[in-house]
Amino acid sequence: MSIEFIYPEFEVIRNENRCISCRVCEQQCANEVHSYDEKHKIMTCDDSKCVNCQRCVSFCPTRALKIVKSDCTLRENANWSAQTVKEIYKQANSGGVLLSSMGNPKPLPVYWDKILINASQVTNPSIDPLREPMETRVFLGKKPSKIQRTKDGALDCKLPPQLELSMPVMFSAMSYGSISYNAHKSLALAATELGILYNTGEGGLHEDFYCYGENTVVQVASGRFGVHADYLKAGAAIEIKIGQGAKPGIGGHLPGTKIVGDISRTRMIPEGSDAISPAPHHDIYSIEDLRQLVFSLKEATEYKKPVIVKVAAVHNIAAIASGIARSGADIIAIDGFRGGTGAAPTRIRDHVGIPIELALAAVDQRLRDEGIRGNVSLVVGGSIRNAADAVKAVALGADACYVATAALLALGCHLCSTCQSGKCNWGIATQRPELVKRLNPEVGSKRLIHLMTAWKHEIKEFMGGMGINSIEALRGNRLMLRGIGLTEKELEILGISHAGE
Amino acid sequence: MQIIDAANLDYRAVNEALRGTGSDYLIEGCLGQRFIAAGMSDKNLTINGIPGNALGAYLNNANITVNANAQDAVGDTMNEGKILIHGNVGDTAGYGMRGGKIFVQGNAGYRAGIHMKAYKEKIPVMIIGGHAGSFLGEYQAGGVIIILGLHKDSKPIVGNFPCTGMHGGKVFLRGTCEDIHFPKQVTARHADTKELEEIRKYLAEYCSDFGYSADELLSEPFTVITPDSKNPYKQMYIAN
Amino acid sequence: MKIEGQVRIPSGCAISAAISKDGNKMSGEMIINSIKPMHDRSNGLGGGFAGYGIYPEYKEFYALHMFFDSRETRKECEAFLKERFEIVHSEVIPTRKIPAITAEPIIWRYFAAPLKSVLVSLQLEEKEFVAKTVMKINAEMPGAYVFSSGKNMGAFKAVGFPEDVGVFYKLEEYEGYSWTAHGRYPTNTPGWWGGAHPFTLLDYSVVHNGEISSYDANRRFIEMFGYKCTLQTDTEVITYIMDYLLRVQELTLGETASVIAAPFWSTIAAKTDLNAQKKHTYLRTMFPSLLITGPFSIVFGFEGGLMALNDRLKLRSMVVGEKDDKIFIASEEAAIRSMEPNAENIWSPAGGEPVIVNVKEGAF
Repeated sequence: MSIEFIYPEFEVIRNENRCISCRVCEQQCANEVHSYDEKHKIMTCDDSKCVNCQRCVSFCPTRALKIVKSDCTLRENANWSAQTVKEIYKQANSGGVLLSSMGNPKPLPVYWDKILINASQVTNPSIDPLREPMETRVFLGKKPSKIQRTKDGALDCKLPPQLELSMPVMFSAMSYGSISYNAHKSLALAATELGILYNTGEGGLHEDFYCYGENTVVQVASGRFGVHADYLKAGAAIEIKIGQGAKPGIGGHLPGTKIVGDISRTRMIPEGSDAISPAPHHDIYSIEDLRQLVFSLKEATEYKKPVIVKVAAVHNIAAIASGIARSGADIIAIDGFRGGTGAAPTRIRDHVGIPIELALAAVDQRLRDEGIRGNVSLVVGGSIRNAADAVKAVALGADACYVATAALLALGCHLCSTCQSGKCNWGIATQRPELVKRLNPEVGSKRLIHLMTAWKHEIKEFMGGMGINSIEALRGNRLMLRGIGLTEKELEILGISHAGE
Repeated sequence: MQIIDAANLDYRAVNEALRGTGSDYLIEGCLGQRFIAAGMSDKNLTINGIPGNALGAYLNNANITVNANAQDAVGDTMNEGKILIHGNVGDTAGYGMRGGKIFVQGNAGYRAGIHMKAYKEKIPVMIIGGHAGSFLGEYQAGGVIIILGLHKDSKPIVGNFPCTGMHGGKVFLRGTCEDIHFPKQVTARHADTKELEEIRKYLAEYCSDFGYSADELLSEPFTVITPDSKNPYKQMYIAN
Repeated sequence: MKIEGQVRIPSGCAISAAISKDGNKMSGEMIINSIKPMHDRSNGLGGGFAGYGIYPEYKEFYALHMFFDSRETRKECEAFLKERFEIVHSEVIPTRKIPAITAEPIIWRYFAAPLKSVLVSLQLEEKEFVAKTVMKINAEMPGAYVFSSGKNMGAFKAVGFPEDVGVFYKLEEYEGYSWTAHGRYPTNTPGWWGGAHPFTLLDYSVVHNGEISSYDANRRFIEMFGYKCTLQTDTEVITYIMDYLLRVQELTLGETASVIAAPFWSTIAAKTDLNAQKKHTYLRTMFPSLLITGPFSIVFGFEGGLMALNDRLKLRSMVVGEKDDKIFIASEEAAIRSMEPNAENIWSPAGGEPVIVNVKEGAF
């Protein structure tokens, strides 16, 4: 070996007593970890290629395989962790910027886990969601500040365009290109069935999916891939992507290896070309330019679609959101620093941005302080992991949540965090036809529907426990939350009391 | 031809009028109304006065003629059709343009043709008669940008940092451009006969629009800039 | 121990009300009697009343009822008021010493009108100015508290059982065309007089029974519009919501009821009247944060009328009865019978269905 050698992170453990050399593991692994030794009639493996996606483990018919973290260690050093040292070796070997996928894995505070939810006892009743009505329907969009009446005195019931969701959750942006046709189809089918929306991401919309338009948010990002009048009109809403929680302040880069076939056509760039999204929108260098882009989209769609502006949660998020709320946007989406990605520089992913919980609390309060909370709806994402996170987000002030990583997990993702390789064995973050077909959209959509239906039940259980039978009475209801193990400052920002208070 | 008097109309009203049943419109007294003809198809539109920003954004298949200068973001994310400007354009003209033509008689500001893209035979074309500002064709992924340098008024034909991040398409600059500094990942060289033939049809149309001679324009050498790689940043990353 | 405003204190309650549609005057004694049979719905930690039409001689002036913790606070507050109002009459509110009511604050009333010059310089409409002033005093002047601020009406409240509070304030000496009463059952309170009900703003008064679960969602929304929920009580936030929807948004009482006790989406979808369907969909979409969930029954008093409303699941009891020109509303039928033994048409309004009673135009 050489100075460039880094011991493999995972070891493939094969129980020889169980292995029947059926070669399923070999067929399933696009990383080419497993191979068959014809001479000795046994399976062998190359640990160095393993990303621990668990595909072979899941498909081994005799449960002969397991993947474990290698116990080959460097000398322990609390300051220089093995990860830190290995990253230095990688950079010294290659001169490359470290590239990772999925969300920030660092042990930074997860505030959701330090917030507890209330329930009714005696002074008012809890409600049984299985037998009494329990409403989770949400309308996203601008609420005018004053009612209008027609000449005869009747209420003028016209409202700016609203998005109706059956529950306060949407699938957030994942582009066609970063994920597969079948993954997109799974999301589209599930969103339609669930009465929620999914989001095209910045890669345009395959023409096969225009029929799901009523349940689609079409995104306009700095690369303007696949953006044209018909696309804008196809969706129920238009999202301007300014930033993403996993990589605030930097652009996107879909490697040319993923730009094949229909993706090339949908994005309108030649096969094999990198799809590069600039860091900023080059027609937005200031807040008044955002207004220009918002209204150019509204003009192009004749004011029939709400416009969402998505930003990453960064330090000054409250002021930024306030600016957006005054820019004609109907909905603000904020993506926290634990949000996932198909590829981001490791350093950016792990060190830029702030937690969504704090960003949400600050933004909701700021918009209320300024009396403009009704101008916009708030959607938050960046690692909403379960129904409890969603309930806490709504109680902190969100109108709805964006969910992506959880949706991918439902589709089979095992968080191996190597989406950028394009070799996703689960058929999600890949464009290789033989891998894409592993994800059956019918099965995938069913699993997404299962997941969201279960969440909806859980959300209703939480609400019933609090004696709340409509989600709008939970929104911003911070009295229903208490902090545990948080500092005065953290509680102040979250706008909640400590447990026991 | 229907006439829209824009003197007391905001942009919403102007577009509302344009969405009428007619196909030929003349806007008189235009003064800064934005988003004119955004996303529209099948219109022939002439504008007297100064149109506001984002003229012809997402233009689908309409023809716009402006008898004066235009401001920023002309033809933003335009898809099909033609925008003809008898004057100068501001910054980011043709941003994300994916089809159609933008012909400018005068000069262009910063970042003209930024992130133009193309797919197979659908190729956007932008021709600037004068000079272009810095960052011309930044991130260009496809399409053709031609700068003619007809009225240089002592300025260089293009500003600083042209073609940075270019990974597709072609930029043509009239002249030898020896004094212009290009980034490492592109190649600038004399356009060959085949390439000149390729742009002749565009230039012929441009010349007929503005009353120049294509032969005369083509009598001078052209410099063509193309990217070295479709994947300029491939070597930059290491999987972690 | 923390008082209302420093901590949120849930309470249960008894309510009752009576109104004459012809504007005939009723003595305060009747409303005191109505609350007696519901003694067990209160726990002695708060009671109160609101009477309409009780100050005919000063009906053009705002009647400010105030608690003060000391003479100094009163002097300071009066100076503050005099810069903003013309005070035509001020006096101690008459009370009688009874063993059941102790530790009373200094209780005064002022009949006042805002100075025109102040209104002009602040560019404020009269009611808006009075509302803002009341909230300013209550939020920023420790020891001073305005507990009633309408014209030709007044609230009277104290710590104690409501029937004792009525005797304390000599309510038998007042006559009004409309009365509401409240007996409070707070889970805990050190007994602060300001925390008792009714809660009022301008001529709006609310008596309420139940603990709402939407409190903080409602509070954080309504505070955007200049209201300050200093007491952290349900009744306070409900009063502000009513003021916002009726006075600021200019909704009708019926529309207001459709916002705060909105029908379920499934109920709206089942409506055969398409205009009604459209209206309810609009109101719910427009004012989602003003939906009140959890148990409540309220009687909302205003100049010339009353509205009674239950939450949409009808988690609290409320009955209505009538006799001749009078309508009676109470948590229990017994309260109605104590006011009018021969009351007729006793019925319980459905959840979310408002009962609106207006006094004949010109009769109040």
